[in-house]
Amino acid sequence: MKQTAQLLFKNRRPGETVFLKEYERAGGYLGLKQALREMQPKQICELVKNSGLRGRGGAGFPTGLKWSFFPADKPAPKYLVCNCDEMEPGTYKDGELLQADPHQLVEGMIISAYALQADTGYIFIRYAYREQFANLQRAIAEATEAGYLGKDILGSGFSFELHVHGSAGRYILGEETALLNGLEGVRPNPRSKPPFPAVRGLFGRPTTVNNVETLSNIQHIVTGGAARFRDLALTVDGAGTKLYGLSGHLERTECFELPVGISLREIIDEYGGGVWRGRRFKSCLPGGASTPFLTSADLDVQLDYQTLEAVGSRFGTGGVTVFDDRTCMVAATLNLIRFFARESCGWCTPCRDGLPLVAWLLEKIEHGDGTRDDLQLLKSQYSNISGNSFCALAEGAMGPVDGLLRHFEQELVDHIEKGRCPFS
Amino acid sequence: MAELLTAEQIDQFRAHIAHIEHPRELIIDLLRAVQDKHGWVPDEGVELVAGLLGLTPLEVEEIATFYYKIYRRPVGRYPIHICDSICCWSRGGEALAEHLQKSLDIAPGETSADGLFTLLPTCCLGVCGRAPAMMIGRESYGPLNNEDVDRVLAELRQEAQA
Repeated sequence: MKQTAQLLFKNRRPGETVFLKEYERAGGYLGLKQALREMQPKQICELVKNSGLRGRGGAGFPTGLKWSFFPADKPAPKYLVCNCDEMEPGTYKDGELLQADPHQLVEGMIISAYALQADTGYIFIRYAYREQFANLQRAIAEATEAGYLGKDILGSGFSFELHVHGSAGRYILGEETALLNGLEGVRPNPRSKPPFPAVRGLFGRPTTVNNVETLSNIQHIVTGGAARFRDLALTVDGAGTKLYGLSGHLERTECFELPVGISLREIIDEYGGGVWRGRRFKSCLPGGASTPFLTSADLDVQLDYQTLEAVGSRFGTGGVTVFDDRTCMVAATLNLIRFFARESCGWCTPCRDGLPLVAWLLEKIEHGDGTRDDLQLLKSQYSNISGNSFCALAEGAMGPVDGLLRHFEQELVDHIEKGRCPFS
Repeated sequence: MAELLTAEQIDQFRAHIAHIEHPRELIIDLLRAVQDKHGWVPDEGVELVAGLLGLTPLEVEEIATFYYKIYRRPVGRYPIHICDSICCWSRGGEALAEHLQKSLDIAPGETSADGLFTLLPTCCLGVCGRAPAMMIGRESYGPLNNEDVDRVLAELRQEAQA
């Protein structure tokens, strides 16, 4: 087990939250001072682009490129929104970060807002994160008191105000345009794109939406430089560290900051303590509920965007959920699909009607009542839904179905032929 | 019926609303405030929020019914959100949910006879490292076995009597 440089979890200690004094003692807000005193907004955008940082919320869009769409010349108000909906099953890393060190997000947002010349920020946070919400409120009050937030920050002439919005529980709010509707207080169905939020976002104004972990990396890129950030990754194309939340059938289910590009095997064996109860690895979701299953043939894959795409999955959120060899993959997929079907906002037909149909088919097969026709229908539903939904929710829901059909079709067939679940 | 919001809360919200450009952004804050005070959001709560924000009750209703953690029907003093998503499922979440149903003698969605507990299956609570988990009110618990659940229920029953 090699020691990983800790950027995001540097101040993390079990059961504790770091606030302003301690945060500053550990070098906090030096990045902000450096950015405001020594750098032009454009330089920071360029630096972030060169750092290779990609969005940590699941989609993996290059952050610098996203920022380049933001219109620097348009007048205020312009918004920077932080997405802390974090409701994808298996994903809890942003919650861990805000539990440990809320000022990191606040500092990252102030620097990012300066880079984008946004004047107002919102942190959108899920209902269940009560303590993280309170931590952020305190951090914002402390930062305002210390002159890091508000008017004319540290005498730079740059002003930024930051609000926290507590949500009330729906996965669809993690979709950035649904989130913007949620912030505005209208029914949070996703919006059609274009126009993209950079052009017309919150309250019709230019807006950038970034994830908690993404924004918390910005000060480390400012202080350490783009090259150092890239070097943290173990892959040639990769950049930075990643927060990996381990869950499922592992001995140790905790959240770790490790390099982008660490192998699945190392994460499972060294950090997860191996598959629980001395059992064998069967499969995993490498990056949250919407990422296609991997199998034991993939154990040596490096966890990064391109490398996981090459084996038919996605890096997603970095939440690794492991399944042991006694797991029925039909039942696991059914559980995942029920989640997506229930969380569908109901706006478009493939998602609203298609996901319950897929759940019903899987239920039938899992209960031993499935036929070959049902398997055929499952396959056709997979292709009917994929690429045809209004937003990414149903697309994500098809991730595990895709994995099931590619890697575990024999399990589906066994259920049908035996007329029961072979694992129960 | 318990109060929906105190006069002081209403005054504070009114002052805030007068200060901001887009009052409608407070809709969830208002609904959550009503729920915190009253336990759930009755029709009168929807009407109150609509009145404060200058919206129709229907405009508030379509928001209130969208979010799972806004209760539009009465719930027990302690709403229990039992996670049924993949990580909790993989570590015994289903058995835990069954144990809760038996202990409380209710089906999902129902409230116990003593009016204390409502059992609500919920999606991932964001504590996947501590599966299986549940959230009672706003408090997360996990990892849990049947004995842990019994202990928590007993504590809350005792708290309710005090």
